[in-house]
Amino acid sequence: MYAALSIAALTFIYPFLWMIGASFAPMQEIGSMTLWPSHPTWGNFKLMVDKIPIWRSLFNSLLVAFFTTSLVIITGSVVGYALAKIHFRGKQLIFYIIVFTMSLPFQVTLIPNYITMVNLHLVDTYFALIIPFSVSAFAILMFRQAFQGLPQALIDAARMDGCNETGIIFRILWPNIKPTIVTVAILTFIGSWNEVLWPLIIVRNEKLMTMPQLVTLFATGGRADSQLGVKIAAAVLLALPVIIVFLFFQKHFIQSMASTGLKD
Amino acid sequence: MYRALTVTKKSNFQKRKLLPYLLVSPYLLFVIVFVIFPVLFCFFLTFNKWNIIAPMHFIGLNNYSRLFHDRLFWKAIVNTLQFLLLHIPLQLVVSLFLAYLLNQKIKAGSFFRASFFMPVIVSGVVVTILWQQLLGFDSGLINRMLMETGMNKVGWLINPDIAIYSIAVMATWKNVGLYVILFLVGLQTVPTQYYEAAKMEGATRWQQFYHITLPMINPTIFMVVILSTIGGFNLFIEPYIMTGGGPLNSTLSAVLYIYKQAFQYYNMGYSATLGFFYAIMIMSVVVLQKKFIEKEI
Repeated sequence: MYAALSIAALTFIYPFLWMIGASFAPMQEIGSMTLWPSHPTWGNFKLMVDKIPIWRSLFNSLLVAFFTTSLVIITGSVVGYALAKIHFRGKQLIFYIIVFTMSLPFQVTLIPNYITMVNLHLVDTYFALIIPFSVSAFAILMFRQAFQGLPQALIDAARMDGCNETGIIFRILWPNIKPTIVTVAILTFIGSWNEVLWPLIIVRNEKLMTMPQLVTLFATGGRADSQLGVKIAAAVLLALPVIIVFLFFQKHFIQSMASTGLKD
Repeated sequence: MYRALTVTKKSNFQKRKLLPYLLVSPYLLFVIVFVIFPVLFCFFLTFNKWNIIAPMHFIGLNNYSRLFHDRLFWKAIVNTLQFLLLHIPLQLVVSLFLAYLLNQKIKAGSFFRASFFMPVIVSGVVVTILWQQLLGFDSGLINRMLMETGMNKVGWLINPDIAIYSIAVMATWKNVGLYVILFLVGLQTVPTQYYEAAKMEGATRWQQFYHITLPMINPTIFMVVILSTIGGFNLFIEPYIMTGGGPLNSTLSAVLYIYKQAFQYYNMGYSATLGFFYAIMIMSVVVLQKKFIEKEI
């Protein structure tokens, strides 16, 4: 049993370790199967920095992921609160809309959304990278569920004290649903970080490209072909932030994924 | 005095009534701009020819008839189905097997879980670049291992008959960790008394698995099948980076073809038609799966 598990674990981990080793390998050594090159060098990373604006794209990706995640959490809380704690006409309709948006394949909205962006002159802006992902039906449902578990008395007491609705949501209720906030934040951040199709469509200016997009174009375009090591170095740099976050929040990560059954 | 009081009371009441609508308004605005309008516009586009620059013109059902005669589109559909044919069963079996092992009382379970999970969180771009090095013909790691054990090299990505299956294996490697976790959650809901009772009756391990575990985790199996179907239909970045759809269009996935029609050839109307048709196809397949699996239970 342990043998089977270990072989499986090796199949998943070995390629990553090999990739890290290869990113430090000089040209002649990349093909080898050994994990660590005999003459490690920063050459691949240096070449990469010379060839593509990788630091700028790292900054872009962080910026986009940060704002997307913040907006998703805020809009998710506000709408989730209304659905969980207030009775109003049309609530059922909103549920149907949420289910519809969640099951709608993105192929239908892709081109029209691109055209909307063209018409609003938002192509090649951060705005175009953030706004289409700023509201998430999944986050709304997660927050609704979390708020439903909280007692109404908490809200009534806050109202008595003259607290307004935003105060109720963000000051009174938020501290009670931290696990949900973290779950939604992690999933949204990773999803945003790894998104590549939409940036490929909406951003043409190299300065505004996100990291996965830049690495994709670098890997498929002619610029990387002669230098395998540079391509691998770019992949390592792209994987690193997510792996670090993952190793930090590992337990929470897996639990949150399991509780939702949702990916990217 | 009295009058003033009722006025504020009334406006307060009205505020309360408006409040939920105010709270959901950002969502509704978002849905109108990014979902409802696009769906209607996409439908409208399917009757038009448009390259974005020149004005669009109405061509009736031409896009639809073109779709039905477009050999490349149907090839892309067949490719995607071939991909699913290997991807779904492989993913189901491997993830269930690993979850089953993890569910026994073992040490270092969290280490194994984390290692299976690693590829899930990493970008598909990274995974694809990595697997390009594994599957390469001359210097790929897998072929080198084969050569060292005295076997012949295999054209994992350059043989049109097997390239799509290589990508299916890679996609399974990337996603399987997520499904391991889902199955693990499912397995943990099976009450241990059932197994104990079965053991008393003298049931073998396989019998226990087949008659107790499988029926009990049926909802999870359903979820895994649906999620990997939807994920598989959206296959894009892997062939985009790895093969560009080649060799001989054997790894051209449907989404890659839709993307190319729109953003390489600028056939917006036709690409919208393909997207619309494909979306309906995905939804019908999922509904069919649901019916079929529910019947099985």
